[in-house]
Amino acid sequence: MSGRVLVGVKRVIDYAVKIRVKPDNTGVVTDGVKHSMNPFCEIAVEEAVKLKEKKLVKEVVAVSCGPQQSQETIRTALAMGADRGIHVEVSGKDYETLGPLQVSKIMAALAKKEDAQIIILGKQAIDDDCNQTGQMTAALLDWPQGTFASEVTLDGDKIKVVREIDGGLETIKINTPAVLTADLRLNTPRYATLPNIMKAKKKKIANVKPADLGVNLTSKLEVLRVEDPPQRQAGMKVETVEDLVGKLKESGKV
Amino acid sequence: MLGVFQTSQKLRTSLRLLSRAGLPPVDLQVQLLLRGRSPQSATFSRELHLGPDGPASSPAAAPRRLPFSRVTVEDLTFFGKTLPGRAITDPDLVQSSNEDWLKSVRGSSEVLLRPQTTQEVSQILSYCHSRNLAVNSQGGNTGLVGGSVPVYDEIILSTSLMNSILSFDKISGILTCQAGCVLENLSLYLEERDYIMPLDLGAKGSCQIGGNVATNAGGLRLLRYGSLHGTVLGLEVVLADGRVLDCLSTLRKDNTGYDLKQLFIGSEGTLGVITAVSILCPRKPKSVNVVFLGCETFDQLLKTFQLCKGMLGEILSAFEFLDSECMRLLNTHLKLANPISDCPFYIVIETSGSDSDHDSQKLHNFLEEAMTSLLVTDGTVATEESKIKTLWSMRERVTEALTHDGFTYKYDISLPVERIYQLVTDMREHLGKRARSVVGYGHVGDGNLHLNVTSPAKDPALLASIEPFIYEWTAKFQGSISAEHGLGLKKRNYIYYSKSRPAVAVMGKMKTLLDPKGILNPYKTLPDDLK
Repeated sequence: MSGRVLVGVKRVIDYAVKIRVKPDNTGVVTDGVKHSMNPFCEIAVEEAVKLKEKKLVKEVVAVSCGPQQSQETIRTALAMGADRGIHVEVSGKDYETLGPLQVSKIMAALAKKEDAQIIILGKQAIDDDCNQTGQMTAALLDWPQGTFASEVTLDGDKIKVVREIDGGLETIKINTPAVLTADLRLNTPRYATLPNIMKAKKKKIANVKPADLGVNLTSKLEVLRVEDPPQRQAGMKVETVEDLVGKLKESGKV
Repeated sequence: MLGVFQTSQKLRTSLRLLSRAGLPPVDLQVQLLLRGRSPQSATFSRELHLGPDGPASSPAAAPRRLPFSRVTVEDLTFFGKTLPGRAITDPDLVQSSNEDWLKSVRGSSEVLLRPQTTQEVSQILSYCHSRNLAVNSQGGNTGLVGGSVPVYDEIILSTSLMNSILSFDKISGILTCQAGCVLENLSLYLEERDYIMPLDLGAKGSCQIGGNVATNAGGLRLLRYGSLHGTVLGLEVVLADGRVLDCLSTLRKDNTGYDLKQLFIGSEGTLGVITAVSILCPRKPKSVNVVFLGCETFDQLLKTFQLCKGMLGEILSAFEFLDSECMRLLNTHLKLANPISDCPFYIVIETSGSDSDHDSQKLHNFLEEAMTSLLVTDGTVATEESKIKTLWSMRERVTEALTHDGFTYKYDISLPVERIYQLVTDMREHLGKRARSVVGYGHVGDGNLHLNVTSPAKDPALLASIEPFIYEWTAKFQGSISAEHGLGLKKRNYIYYSKSRPAVAVMGKMKTLLDPKGILNPYKTLPDDLK
């Protein structure tokens, strides 16, 4: 048992920022816009660091796929307690078409290369809401998956996962190695404290290219159009109940 | 006797009868102090603050009603004609404008007027002047010294419907707008155009720019962008007799005669009603960082401030502090967790600059120095918008947390920076077990302390222990008894702790010059002994 945990962290537009669609409707404006670590990825990092603090795993490696700026996201993970980082360089056209299938191929390749025991990912990213990377990674590796995890307990060479599902909570027990995806209530991510921020500057981030991992990044998906959601129409005030019924009938609702 | 407020006919009638008798209707915070006060402090107070009712009443209580006219049916007809649909007399609607945000003072006005244009304000004031009717101008009603609500039956003149932005110059950054624009709305408008307002305060969601200017509001950004005395370029003011004073210049430099707008900034609505503002706005910073630090002693906090000014200097945009008692209240009442470990003092530092790489480097160097020299024992940094908001809320929501801790006595003091926390420790010692919590927080970078004392319920004896102890302490070190909150109703008679008699006398002359009938916000800002 290597006791190594791989955590995927994605750089996304900060959730407090107002999103603007590009005038040519090909995407959203990302230039000069504040980016930060996907909130579910933060929860994943926190869980991995907690496991290390409990001495249940030996090393936490933070991975991010993207352009140069993705290194900032890895640094944040290092400041939270990850031991080292791997930056898989993807830029330009490849980055525009980078999606769950490509990332899961990269994660699977890295898991084999780094001899990882557990992969923890956020359940989904807040920019594309795909909720696919964790599941695809598990399938490519033929590993069991514990998705939407709200509680994770290591038990020998098995993992007990409490999952958030529509009907409530489901508890499963899976073998390691395994893929877990973090849901909102798994934990509360810590603030990176100054001593750790300073230490993080000295931690190593390795640079890797997808070709080095033997991964083909071509995508079979094409984005046709990106639009704003329809503008909310103004409401109407009526004076009497008769007016209200009349308006409802007029608009065909009654 | 007036503990519960229902808008029943009977109660309103009795209120009217009481106010006719000239007795102060409600000043919940300072009812009958006399019993709690030591003879010594009463004597001192008598010398400085001779109220019209003599030594029997407290300096903060309202004086007798002055002989203004009362609103008649003819007056209401005029208002209804001038402001169709916007002259409100429904008691339920007028009620909320009669009471301040702290729920500490309440008036008995029966008329709420909501003009939309400067012309309408001019017509109203001209009429009220001729009829000798008192007027209380009101913006967002977020003031903390009882200045925004009527004391008796003054007509409430609300600027809430005067909320249009008139113009914005993208090159100079000069914004011109009506006085009723809500500060947060102006911020959102500017942020879309890559600018920001030069001031920011916790009340931003409700306060209006006219009120901000009338009270010379300070806030969280004063350290970087200066006070409204510097950033306001022009004002349009309606005088007591209805004349419109158009000083709405948009020029950065204009030395032609006396700078009249400076008189109205901070005049708390007693010299004229501000109807439009032109203000110089800074560019929105490309890179904002917020740092939350913990210090062992106040001395280390001050040394950190020195270090900060030296190493962050031009990018520093805020330096605020809160003590461990504030953190306890945030944890207990608002369930906000401490982002770092428990320390006696906490600092919130904000940097705003044009280059994130440069700023991170400066910040990194500063933090490294602060840590290695052990000035700071713990801390965390935020660069992401969401985390920045969370760290700021630790400072911005202290006021809210206090409201859950019991009845709050609020003080806003300016002192030499080294002395700031000494006042808090001395107050704690002085009050002992009589108070529930004594907390200190505020704009330490500007030398401005917010000292708050809470008790389970309103406690006249406790108040008598706090005042005038706190004012005398402040006066001893030549501080200000009201750094940014103003004087309003509650602090008008304490003005002599911070201003000399000749200075206050000149203020009185200005008031007489601009408002000879005294109809604008009577009973406030200037002391009662100025007759």
